[in-house]
Amino acid sequence: MDAQTVIARRIALELRDGMLVNLGIGIPTQVANYVPAGIRVFFQSENGLIGTGAPPEEGMHHRLLTDAGGRPVTALPGACTFDSAMSFGLIRGGHLDMTVLGGLQVDQSGHLANWMIPGKMVPGMGGAMDLASGAKRVVIAMQHSAKGKSKVVKACNLPLTSARPIDLLVTELAVIAFPDGKATLMETAPGVTVQQVVDATEALLVVPPQVPEMTL
Amino acid sequence: MKTLTLADAVALIPDGASLMIGGFMAVGSPERVIDELVRQGRRDLTVIANDTAMPGVGIGKLVRARLVKKAIVSHIGLNPETQAQMIAGEMEVDLVPQGTLIERIRAGGFGLGGILTATGVGTVVAQGKQKVTVAGKDYLVEPALRADFALVNAFMADYLGNLAYVLTARNFNPVIAMAADTVIVEADNIVPVGLIAPDHVVTPAPLVDYIIAQS
Repeated sequence: MDAQTVIARRIALELRDGMLVNLGIGIPTQVANYVPAGIRVFFQSENGLIGTGAPPEEGMHHRLLTDAGGRPVTALPGACTFDSAMSFGLIRGGHLDMTVLGGLQVDQSGHLANWMIPGKMVPGMGGAMDLASGAKRVVIAMQHSAKGKSKVVKACNLPLTSARPIDLLVTELAVIAFPDGKATLMETAPGVTVQQVVDATEALLVVPPQVPEMTL
Repeated sequence: MKTLTLADAVALIPDGASLMIGGFMAVGSPERVIDELVRQGRRDLTVIANDTAMPGVGIGKLVRARLVKKAIVSHIGLNPETQAQMIAGEMEVDLVPQGTLIERIRAGGFGLGGILTATGVGTVVAQGKQKVTVAGKDYLVEPALRADFALVNAFMADYLGNLAYVLTARNFNPVIAMAADTVIVEADNIVPVGLIAPDHVVTPAPLVDYIIAQS
């Protein structure tokens, strides 16, 4: 199983029946492929849709039905559409149960940086800041390292997305939560040891005596 | 309802005007109006919109023609031409969190001076902004936004100017229709009064100043 699949499948296990969930672009989008059987989740696209479905079959797309990245999607039975003020009212107003976002860095107190690299990449924050500060639960899908450097750092040196700490970080190596503002190792990926996670992590990790393996 | 030709409608817009433009990555953008702005060469525009779309698409056409002096948007990541003009100092770009941007526009149209939002607290977005604490929670004071013109794309307009939208093309459109001095509508379909049922009208006719005639 490749890194992205491990991350997406593990995050999908956080989904519960009836949740309203917003998925970011990239690995987060893949979470929708692994919704556990028997539950119904409402996926929101912040461009104004609840009930976002998989991409349409060839030739069945509609130019006015896309996700927030502008890609064609379908609308599931029971879907509804609305304007951007409503969409962000849902996000800021405590109506969005969970958001899954990508990350550039997460630090040991749970701060997220995911929207710019000064001097290199200035795409604009889009909806990321509203999602990171407004959703009831913020889950980050991120590869543990990039170019040999840990992305789970002591302190973010990239501009923060929100001052509010995230709730859960899932990488291809580990699940990390932030009780009392401290990065805590909750699970390791199949075949990965606690020591391997610690070695791959710049942040100071709290390691409980027993760390279970992810069940995917 | 006053109906204008495309050319006459765009002729109302002077150089240097501020424009709110509907659309999200060009979905729900008034493409004919944008094409005509380029054809007539309106310059030094301030564009308030969700994003600058992609190169040569939607608002990206205004960017490519170098007609935009300032953009107040939430995202430019899919338009390298905007980024290049910003880095070269040819265009001023004010990046605003999407939820803050749409709510500032809503405030502008709803007679409010601004909004309080927790979005951006403790980030670079907070720099230079007033912060207030209400019931123990920190908020940024974000001022209302208005514009000279709203350029709206609707799926249906009736002869009176009642508007309805479809799918994800609604986005900023009904909100900007409240927040500009002059509202110009490009409708995909112009239909008899009554065809849009009262419960399905999203933008009421009195908000609309001009509908662009079908060509």
